[in-house]
Amino acid sequence: MPLLSLVIWLPILGGLAVLAASRHTSDANIRWMALAVSAVTFLVSLPLFFSFDSSTHEMQFVEMAAWIPAFNINYHLGVDGISMPLILLTAFSTIFVVAAGWEVIKVRVAQYMAAFLIMEGMMIGVFAALDSMLFYVFWEAMLIPMFIVIGVWGGPRRVYATIKFFLYTFFGSVFLLVALIYLYFQADKSFAILDFHVLKIGMDAQILIFLAFLIAFAVKVPMWPFHTWLPDAHVEAPTGGSVILAAIMLKLGAYGFVRFIMPIVPDASFELDWLIILMSLIAIVYIAFVALVQEDMKKLIAYSSIAHMGFVTLGFFMVFTIFEKTGSIQGAALGVEGALIQMISHGFISGAMFLCVGMMYDRMHSRNISDYGGVTNTMPVFAAFFLFFAMANAGLPGTSGFVGEFMVILSAFQANFWYAFLAALTLIFGAAYTLWMVKRVLFGEIKNDKVAQLTDLNGRETLILGTLAAAVLILGLWPAPLIDVMHATVNNLLEHVVVSKL
Amino acid sequence: MAFEIPNFTPALPEIFLLTMICVVLVVDLFLTDKNRSITYLLSQATLLGAAVLTVVVQSAVPEYTFSGMFVNDGMGTVLKLFIYLSTAVVFIYSREYLMERNLFKGEFFVLALFSVLGMMVMVSANNLLTIYLGLEVLSLALVALVALNRDSSISSEAAMKYFVLGAIASGMLLYGMSMLYGATGSLDHTEIASFIEQGSTDDIVLKFALVFIVIGLAFKLGAVPFHMWVPDVYEGAPTAITLFISSAPKIAAFAMLMRLLVEGLGGLLVHWQDMLIIIAVLSIIAGNVIAIAQTNLKRMLAYSTISHVGFLMLGIIAGTSDGYSAGMFYVIVYALMSLAAFGMIILLSRSGFEADTLEDFKGLNQRSPWFAFMMLITMFSMAGVPPTVGFYAKLAVLSAVVEIGLVWLAVLAVVFSVIGAFYYLRVIKFMYFDKAVDTTPISGAYDMRAVMSANGVIILLLGIYPTGLIALCVSVMP
Repeated sequence: MPLLSLVIWLPILGGLAVLAASRHTSDANIRWMALAVSAVTFLVSLPLFFSFDSSTHEMQFVEMAAWIPAFNINYHLGVDGISMPLILLTAFSTIFVVAAGWEVIKVRVAQYMAAFLIMEGMMIGVFAALDSMLFYVFWEAMLIPMFIVIGVWGGPRRVYATIKFFLYTFFGSVFLLVALIYLYFQADKSFAILDFHVLKIGMDAQILIFLAFLIAFAVKVPMWPFHTWLPDAHVEAPTGGSVILAAIMLKLGAYGFVRFIMPIVPDASFELDWLIILMSLIAIVYIAFVALVQEDMKKLIAYSSIAHMGFVTLGFFMVFTIFEKTGSIQGAALGVEGALIQMISHGFISGAMFLCVGMMYDRMHSRNISDYGGVTNTMPVFAAFFLFFAMANAGLPGTSGFVGEFMVILSAFQANFWYAFLAALTLIFGAAYTLWMVKRVLFGEIKNDKVAQLTDLNGRETLILGTLAAAVLILGLWPAPLIDVMHATVNNLLEHVVVSKL
Repeated sequence: MAFEIPNFTPALPEIFLLTMICVVLVVDLFLTDKNRSITYLLSQATLLGAAVLTVVVQSAVPEYTFSGMFVNDGMGTVLKLFIYLSTAVVFIYSREYLMERNLFKGEFFVLALFSVLGMMVMVSANNLLTIYLGLEVLSLALVALVALNRDSSISSEAAMKYFVLGAIASGMLLYGMSMLYGATGSLDHTEIASFIEQGSTDDIVLKFALVFIVIGLAFKLGAVPFHMWVPDVYEGAPTAITLFISSAPKIAAFAMLMRLLVEGLGGLLVHWQDMLIIIAVLSIIAGNVIAIAQTNLKRMLAYSTISHVGFLMLGIIAGTSDGYSAGMFYVIVYALMSLAAFGMIILLSRSGFEADTLEDFKGLNQRSPWFAFMMLITMFSMAGVPPTVGFYAKLAVLSAVVEIGLVWLAVLAVVFSVIGAFYYLRVIKFMYFDKAVDTTPISGAYDMRAVMSANGVIILLLGIYPTGLIALCVSVMP
């Protein structure tokens, strides 16, 4: 059975069906329909995990069909240990996005739900594509629904934010396009990503390709100094849009690093790894300070996302130094696996944090920290959840936030003490900006009448946060299945990366 | 000296069309305004008949007739078919629009069909004179069309500009052709090509001839720095005429580039390549940047056309078979998108109201989600965002220039396409993010709405599966 095609096209066709049905049925039915589509998609994606053969690094669930023979572009899908968990994360998150928009979205409900379902299919397509042009098509196409979502259902400055988001990402992507076309001719007219992996490329070309890829993926991650679109987009986006942005879209950029940059241009990566490490450490330390002073909760979480993604890129690009020092890839594998776990974990935690802020915003119509205070008195259940996710965001042991960060820091010691030192600062800063926000919002006296009138979570909201809390806890206490799935792929990646391709 | 009767078969569609134009002209004389639809139907039938004949007389190997002045080949067949198709769509879109403005006259159809005839002659030309003949038939008919609404001063001004600048361009072109004749002693593309190949002609004269020919072509295509007429004509002409000018004639202009530069002067590739690079770069830059400042949608699309012409040239610059088919794919896709965009202006316009400013698109998503979506697809396609067909058009021309090592040119083109994306996004912003001011329901003839929807859906479907059209363009290139 073409499982990957099913997971890609089911939500897209489901989204179109939702649009088509909107004329004939009520908004309530539309919501249930969208929820059903997202739930079925998640169920269909589960066999990807349970039938996954973790002993091999080969691509699995491969599908291949000619698409545009004139350019030798194929409909080529497949997953390995890196992309498979991300596909599950995407399918999982979309359910919450649909549920989160249940009561809040009142205008053009069908368009809202359809945009997210179509976006889900496209994002899964990006993770599953093994043909770089197919990758690019999905990569660009998903901007369209996101552009609409922020622009139509966003906050007061939504037009500015969404155009900035689109142009920033589009600007990065066009360099990716030219680089892919260049590689196409180098690889004897093939767009297959796996063909690019074995291609011999000269150093000058490698550097240029590296920079082209870097612009595309660094904008998406986003790495400092390409991050300025993210706070704007997050603040203006509706809750669902923020969740998808933080949980999935940022991961796409990081995915590009391991799928494209490291295996295709390893020598340039080796040569310029200091640049990435520098940018990552600046993101971890400097952005944490920026987060500390934010007045707007969404902005604070957005900056915290940038800092956490800095860990991911740090984990990836330390491998060259570690390999140089130790001569073995085992130590480096720890960092890469930590980074990959951080990606999944950040998907849960940041998604949950944005949902929490969204739930408060639905009640108070404010995201300013100063408008809150003493929320725990009126919303005790919510406060418990929010505190839990905040702790996870700060990297509390026992939550998934700890596992990835710990592995990356541990691995950083093998590279350079100062890398580890600066990265470990995040445990302090992360706790500082997250918990300080929590203190100001949740604790203390009831600040004003609005807070006094708050009502606690309803069943739907409790279910959403409860499920995410369980996911954060499970991944934090028992990450072994996830590491197991990734292990063979990561080892293969590293063996590949440390061999020169000049 | 014996006179040999030429083989008329390859030119059958042209002969048929000319006959039918006379028939339409005469029939229309006997019709009252009430029965004018007969002219419309007859014109559509003419296009259909020409299409059938074109398919019937198609030939896999190039067929020459009229002493080598006329050629019938695969590229010609495909381009002609798309010219008929876009003209037929123009007729459908513009019918109500013209009726509401009291322009629904026989002249419109006769002139439009005459310009189709001119385009067909250009497409099939294998001789400098044939090209010139076709070009003039097309241009004169178009000038008359632009001035169709003779009481409108802005239309008359546009027609005047079009005529005067077009005449200068024709003069340039003719001058270049005369030098070419002087240097090679022939007007026949095939013979010119073989003369140049032998290297038996004076190089300097050839280069001079080339300069004038390229200028003439750039004028006709509306490429920078010879683009001044484009925005004025697009804005000044009645929208139905703008719709026509922006679609089918672009296909014919591409054919002219192919016949003259590639088939006739292919030996001078190294010389015209540099000239075209400059023109293409300027067009992409100026078109995309100036379009941002426009508030009139017709003017904005005019500048967008200029940038698209620049992109189209990238394919020809490559000088490879892949590049030519990329250019051909681009021009066909462009015609499709242009029909959809101008068609939307016509759809939103009504008696006494032109929806030609960006503001008129405010809140279209509230008024008609379906047509807002069609316009959304068209705009993203023009910006070159997948999954719309505009992306593959850009991909094809970019890969053509990267293949010959001009990576910088590809980078420059894509950077400016990002700048261009801004003004397309702005249209979408008006449609989706703003509240509707004008809440008149969208009305329009049933057939127009159906074709309009098909037009948008095709842009999307070709974006998901462009295989057939790309293969077609590749197969007709030598």
